[in-house]
Amino acid sequence: MMGPCTASANGLTSTSRPRPAGLAACLTAGLLALTLLAFQAASAWSDDGERGKELFGLCKRCHQVGSGATHRIGPHLNDVFGRAAGSLAGFRYSRAMREAGTGGLVWDDATLDAFLADPHTFVPRSRMSFDGIKGMDDRAALLAWLQGYSGGAADLPPAEPTATPEEYGLDVKILSVAGDPEYGAYLAGECTTCHRTDGADKGIPSIVGWPVDDFVIALHAYKSGTRVHAVMQMVAGRLSDEEIAALAAHFQEVEGNP
Amino acid sequence: MRKQNGKSDLSRRGFVASAAAATAVASVLPAPAVLAGGRPRVVVVGGGAGGATAARYIAKDSQGAVDVTLVEPSRAYYTCFFSNLYIGGFREWESIGHSYGALAANHGVNVVHDWAVSVDRDNRSVGLAGGGSLAYDRLILSPGIDFRDGSVPGWDLSQQNRMPHAYKAGSQTQLLKAQIEAMPEGGTYCMVAPPNPFRCPPGPYERISMVAHVLKQANPTAKIIIVDPKEKFSKQGLFEEGWQRHYPGMIERIGPDFGGDMVEVRPEAMEVVVDGEAMKVDVCNVIPAQQAGRIAAAAGITDDSGWAPIVPHTMQSRADENIHVLGDAALQGDMPKSGFSANSQAKACAMAVRGALTGSSVFPPRYSNTCWSLIATGDGVKVGASYEATDEKIAKTDGFISQTGESAELRMATYEESLGWYDGITADMFS
Ligand SMILES: Cc1cc2nc3c(=O)[nH]c(=O)nc-3n(C[C@H](O)[C@H](O)[C@H](O)COP(=O)(O)OP(=O)(O)OC[C@H]3O[C@@H](n4cnc5c(N)ncnc54)[C@H](O)[C@@H]3O)c2cc1C
Ligand code: HEC
Ligand code: HEC
Repeated sequence: MMGPCTASANGLTSTSRPRPAGLAACLTAGLLALTLLAFQAASAWSDDGERGKELFGLCKRCHQVGSGATHRIGPHLNDVFGRAAGSLAGFRYSRAMREAGTGGLVWDDATLDAFLADPHTFVPRSRMSFDGIKGMDDRAALLAWLQGYSGGAADLPPAEPTATPEEYGLDVKILSVAGDPEYGAYLAGECTTCHRTDGADKGIPSIVGWPVDDFVIALHAYKSGTRVHAVMQMVAGRLSDEEIAALAAHFQEVEGNP
Repeated sequence: MRKQNGKSDLSRRGFVASAAAATAVASVLPAPAVLAGGRPRVVVVGGGAGGATAARYIAKDSQGAVDVTLVEPSRAYYTCFFSNLYIGGFREWESIGHSYGALAANHGVNVVHDWAVSVDRDNRSVGLAGGGSLAYDRLILSPGIDFRDGSVPGWDLSQQNRMPHAYKAGSQTQLLKAQIEAMPEGGTYCMVAPPNPFRCPPGPYERISMVAHVLKQANPTAKIIIVDPKEKFSKQGLFEEGWQRHYPGMIERIGPDFGGDMVEVRPEAMEVVVDGEAMKVDVCNVIPAQQAGRIAAAAGITDDSGWAPIVPHTMQSRADENIHVLGDAALQGDMPKSGFSANSQAKACAMAVRGALTGSSVFPPRYSNTCWSLIATGDGVKVGASYEATDEKIAKTDGFISQTGESAELRMATYEESLGWYDGITADMFS
C-alpha cells in the first residue's frame, strides 16, 4: 500500500513526513536520491546550486520563486532574505508567523537555517505543514540557491507552478468547475474529524487557506490514484468534481489560526 | 430523501429538489416549536463522541436559532480512544480528558451535569436524576454502552474493582493500569474478550498490545492470556504479526475451539475458569457483552438485540421520529461502534435535525470511519471505510486496511496520523 516513492523521499535527508508528494515530486525525489548517491560517490559536492535547486523540490508544491512568483499554499519566496517574517501583503499568515515578524524576526541565513531545521519549534503554531530538513549541508545548499532570488537580482527564471493537472495526468477542465462554498461547508464535516481547521498540522496536514487550484489538484490526484494514500484515496474516491470544487471553495476561506 | 448510488456523481443542484422534499416532509411532522413561536429545543443525552459533536454542530450551524441542551453527568470526558495508549505509557492521563466549557462559551450549548433517567415520549420530555425535566422538540440519545448482566458468569459490576473492564474510560482505566504495573514478576494478565457486537472492534487487541508493551519492559517473563468467544477479530493478521515480532512467546489466545466461549470468573479467588479448568491469574480484565446505554431501553426504542434501530438517512429511531440515536447505542448496519463513526453520524444527524426544525438545507449523509491501533512504539495500523445510507441500513461502499509487512516508516506515519486524528476529532467535539 505504500507509495513506491516513500523511501526515496526519505533519502533526501528531509524529515518531511514520509508521504509521497505527488507522482511528479516522487519521481523527482527518486531521481534526486540516485543523483545524490552519484554525487556522494564522486564526492563532488561543489555544485551547491544544482543541489539547492533540487532541494527546493521539497518546497515547490507550496512556494514559488522567480519572475512572476505569486502566493500559493505558502507565500512566494522572492526577496525573502532581509524581510520580516509574516510581512507580505496579500498572504494570510498565521498569527504565530505575523507575531514572530512584529516581534523582530527577520529572515537571514541564520534564522532561515533554524526555521528550516525545525519549523514547528522555531515558529510554534505556524501553519507551514513541513517537518524540516535535517541535514545542515542540505539547508546551506538550499539557502545558497534561494539567496539568488533575493537582493533584486535581475533576469530571474520564471516561477514554476506549485501543481499542474498535467503532472498528475488530470484533465485541465477540472479547474474550471465552479464550487459552492455552502455545500462545501457541509461536506467539510467529513474532513474535520481528521484535519484541524486552526492550521495545526501534527500528523495530518493543514488544508486551510489553500488556493483553489492546488486543493482541487491534490484531491483529484488522490481520486485518480496518482497520489497514493489509503485514507485520502477513499475519501476523494467518492467526491464528484463539483463536490471537490465546493470543498476547495470552502477551505480556501477558512483562516487557520488567524 | 433521494438515495445516493455507490459511485455518486450527484451535484448539489441534484439535491435542491430532495432537500425541499425533506423540508416538506418535516413540516407535516408534529408541529415543531418553531411554528408555536419559541425557539425549537433539542436535548442531547450523553456528551461523548456522538452527543458532544451533535450538540456542537447544531448550536454552531444554527447560530442561535435552536436551543441546545446537553445532559451529561461528568464534568470531564475521558476518551476511550487513546485510553489504551495511556495504559501503554504513550499518553498522560490529563491528555485524554476534555471539558465542556467551550461548547457553552463558544456555541451557547446549555450543559446540564446530570443523568437522564426517563423519557416521556408522548409529552416529549426527559426526566433527570436530580429532579425536574427538560422538554424537547427533538431528542438525541448518544449514551454509549452498558454491560449485559450475566454475560460472564461470576462477574457483575460489583466486581469491577477486582476485575476491571476499563471499557468506559475513567477510574477503571487508571485502576487497570495500576494493577498491570503491580503484577508480580512472571505473573499473568488475562483478558476476557467480548462477543460481537461491541464498542471498538480492535480495542481489546490494541489493549493487549499496550499491556505487552508495558510488561516487556517492566516484567518480561509475564504472560498474557486472551479468552475469546470469537472465531476471528478485527485486524487479526496485523495484530498477530505484530505480537510475533514485538512480543514473541508472551501472548496466548484461547479461541472458541478451546473453550474461549465457555468462561467463568471467580473474582474472590482471582481465577478464570475456561471450559471447566481453573487458572490463577494476577490481573483479570473482563470486557463483558454489551448493549445500548440504559436510557435507550428506558425510552423504549431498543429491540431484542439490546440496541436501538435507526433510519439510516437521519439517524432517527425507527420507533419514534422525534428521537435520534447516535454512536454505539444505534443499530445501524455496517459501521463499527467507534468514536469516529459516532462523530460522523452526529454530523448527519445535526444536519437532519436543523433541516427539520429550521428548514435549513439537507444533503445526503456522508458516513465514514477510520480506526487506528498502536501495536508497539511507532508501529501504527489502520482500517477504514466509507458508507452510505440505504433504506435498509448504513451500508459499506469502500474500504481499506493496513497490510502486513509494511515498512517501519509507513507504520510510523500511520501512528503520527492517529495523533493528528485525535487532535482533530476532539477539536471537532469540544472546541
Ligand atoms: C479501549 C477503547 C479504545 C477505543 N479506541 C477507539 C479508537 O481508537 N477510535 C475510535 O474511533 N473509537 C475508539 N473507541 C470507541 C469509542 O470510544 C466509542 O465508540 C465512542 O465513544 C462512542 O461514542 P458514543 O457517543 O456512542 O458514546 P460515549 O462516547 O461513551 O458517550 C456516552 C456518554 O453518555 C453519557 N451517558 C450515558 N448514559 C447517560 C444518561 N442516562 N444520562 C446522561 N448521560 C449519559 C456517558 O457519561 C458518556 O459520557 C475505543 C473504545 C474503547 C473502550
Ligand atoms: C505544505 C506546504 C509547504 C511546504 C512544503 C513548505 N512551506 Fe514554507 N510555508 C508554508 C506556509 C503555509 C507558510 C506560511 C506559514 C504561516 O503563516 O504560519 C510558509 C512560510 C514559509 C516561510 C516564511 C515566509 C514569510 O514570508 O515569512 C519561509 C521562509 C518558508 N516557508 C520556506 C520554506 C522552504 C525553504 C521550504 C522547503 C524546504 C518550505 N517552506 C516548504 C507552506 C509550505
Ligand atoms: C481519516 C483521516 C482523514 C480524513 C477524514 C480526511 N483526510 Fe485529508 N489527509 C489525511 C492524511 C493522513 C493526509 C496526508 C496524506 C498523504 O500523505 O498524502 C491528508 C491529505 C490531504 C490533502 C493534501 C495535503 C497536502 O499537504 O498535500 C488534502 C488537500 C486533503 N487531505 C483534503 C481532505 C478533504 C477535503 C477531506 C474531506 C472531504 C479530507 N481530506 C478527509 C487524513 C484525512
